[in-house]
Amino acid sequence: MSTNKDGTSTSNIITVENLSKTFGSLKAVDNVSFNIKEGEIFGFLGPNGAGKTTTIKLLTTLLKPTSGKAVVCGYSIFKDANEVRRNVGVVPQEYTADEDMTGINNILLCADLYGMARSDSKPHAKELLKLVELEDAANRKVSTYSGGMRRRLELACGLINYPKLLFLDEPTLGLDIQTRAAVWKYIKTLKEQYRMTLFLTTHYLEEADSLCDRIGIIDHGHLVKIGSPQELKQIVGGDLIVVSVRENEPDISSDVAKIELVREVKKQDRIYRIKVNNGEEASPQITDLMRSKGLHVISVSLKKPTLDDAYLELTGRNLREEEVDKLSMFRQRVTMRRARS
Amino acid sequence: MAKTDTDNKIKTSENPEDQVEPVDQILVEEEKRFRAAPKLDRSPLHGLWALTNRDLRKWYTSPPQLIISLITPIVWLGLFGKALNFSSFISSSGIPIAQQNAILISYFGTTSYFSFLSCGMLAFIVLFTSAFSGMSVVFDRRFGFLDKALSTPVARGTIVMAKVFQSVGKSLIQSGIILIIAVALGMETSHFTVQGVAGTFLMVFLLGTALSALFTMLALRSADWQTQQAIINLVNLPLLFASNALFPAKLMPTWLQDVIKVNPVSYAIDGVRQMLIGAHGMNSLIVDFAVIIAFAVVLSAIGIVLSWRFLSK
Repeated sequence: MSTNKDGTSTSNIITVENLSKTFGSLKAVDNVSFNIKEGEIFGFLGPNGAGKTTTIKLLTTLLKPTSGKAVVCGYSIFKDANEVRRNVGVVPQEYTADEDMTGINNILLCADLYGMARSDSKPHAKELLKLVELEDAANRKVSTYSGGMRRRLELACGLINYPKLLFLDEPTLGLDIQTRAAVWKYIKTLKEQYRMTLFLTTHYLEEADSLCDRIGIIDHGHLVKIGSPQELKQIVGGDLIVVSVRENEPDISSDVAKIELVREVKKQDRIYRIKVNNGEEASPQITDLMRSKGLHVISVSLKKPTLDDAYLELTGRNLREEEVDKLSMFRQRVTMRRARS
Repeated sequence: MAKTDTDNKIKTSENPEDQVEPVDQILVEEEKRFRAAPKLDRSPLHGLWALTNRDLRKWYTSPPQLIISLITPIVWLGLFGKALNFSSFISSSGIPIAQQNAILISYFGTTSYFSFLSCGMLAFIVLFTSAFSGMSVVFDRRFGFLDKALSTPVARGTIVMAKVFQSVGKSLIQSGIILIIAVALGMETSHFTVQGVAGTFLMVFLLGTALSALFTMLALRSADWQTQQAIINLVNLPLLFASNALFPAKLMPTWLQDVIKVNPVSYAIDGVRQMLIGAHGMNSLIVDFAVIIAFAVVLSAIGIVLSWRFLSK
């Protein structure tokens, strides 16, 4: 799709090979490999402390990897760290804007740090403020901003250098539903209008499900699985049909298993748990069969797999809060406090 | 399928008066801008003024901070300078005036202790202002601004030197105020020359650069302001008391005089006394400047080198 500096044609904007980062004895990121295609929204899903933020910090050159290779926008994060920085935008998890400065001055400061000329950055900053609907608050100090406004300002700051690739670390952490919807809207706009590639982390399943083209599930520093939300749900083994019949009726599990769409049947007392490929089509077939065998069907329920189920299946646990180091705890508290204010 | 579903969900959850159309117009304009690659200043110095001015602006646009940092030197000089009137020991001894002056000049380089102290006070204010340059690094790390700066292509050394120069800027302004107040309170001006005053500010600039670089590099990896405060106390007071800022080195024990000779702050004060009150220095002015220039250059260089290694983990 695009051509890199070395002349090779590729559609991968990020290539990561065996990337690891160790803090003391803790393997925060453990031998992770993945590719991200140009123009897609890729999400890292995992609980706090799983290594999502560390991966973003490695790819945005804020941390140095312990081992492994990564090429971002055609540049090595080791050899051409500055080129990587010029080509990507970062929207960190914390609110990093300077509270004592106005919104627009924060964006202009970012632009200065990228080395942009004011003749370029001034109109651009104004347009970005319009994009994130902050133009009315542009000249107010950030300390007067609400959590949602701060998040949108961070987004504008991350876009000031016309990045080809934008990293968003927990973009909706601590936001109310309306602001979250707004942030989702901006993220989709960026992908669709600017054909920007987005790499985001989240521990909200519904966020990963609705935004991402592909998801990587990360747990204890390991990349457990990569796939589209649909593919990941397939791992759970299709839809689940739960049928309850009257007590002391004969076990017809083996007959049910003969139905083509059925993958697995489990019977517990008077409950059949049946994994099927297509729940809508399978359930009438199952009930018809049961009735023809003289069983009395009392209730039928159809459950579609969720990412939550996939997550549970892959990692053996639910998404949950984990211990993190003191500094990130402090920052998270600050972030949450500001988000709520 | 899932995509359109969510699109609809989002639209319904939005405010109805959301102006969709203007945003779309902006997008067309923005799309063009995104296509054209921006021209970036790739010099290693870009961003230096932006970062320096960020910290300075916080200082001069915050009235309480500004007023406090202007009042502090007034209080120090007014109270400290007038309370510690060492020359009164001699003037109250009954010795004839001519002899009194000879004794005072031999110790203080001038007949007025207040003039002697005023020069020391310049170093005092530079020391204390510089000490807080490290604190500012700690807060930038804590609140995430440092990470934001580090994710841009701004040179790591520039981040350190901006911290140094913002502190030097404050030191220069406060030194100017100290000097004005000192003169108002009776500092001897008969030896003032344009070159002398300019040289004094140059000395303040160099000493401030060196000390700020020192405190900044001590804070490069720290996210902990309590430790930083302990470091300030540990480093600052010895640098002040083991110098000739408040009292002539001549009257101190010889071992302490040796310490004073390796304390760069003494050289800065020695130079300033020669330039402002015409004192006979411990060293020639050239030696004083050479030591302070070396001090500033070496510490800045170390700070920049350490920033490459230690600013990010």
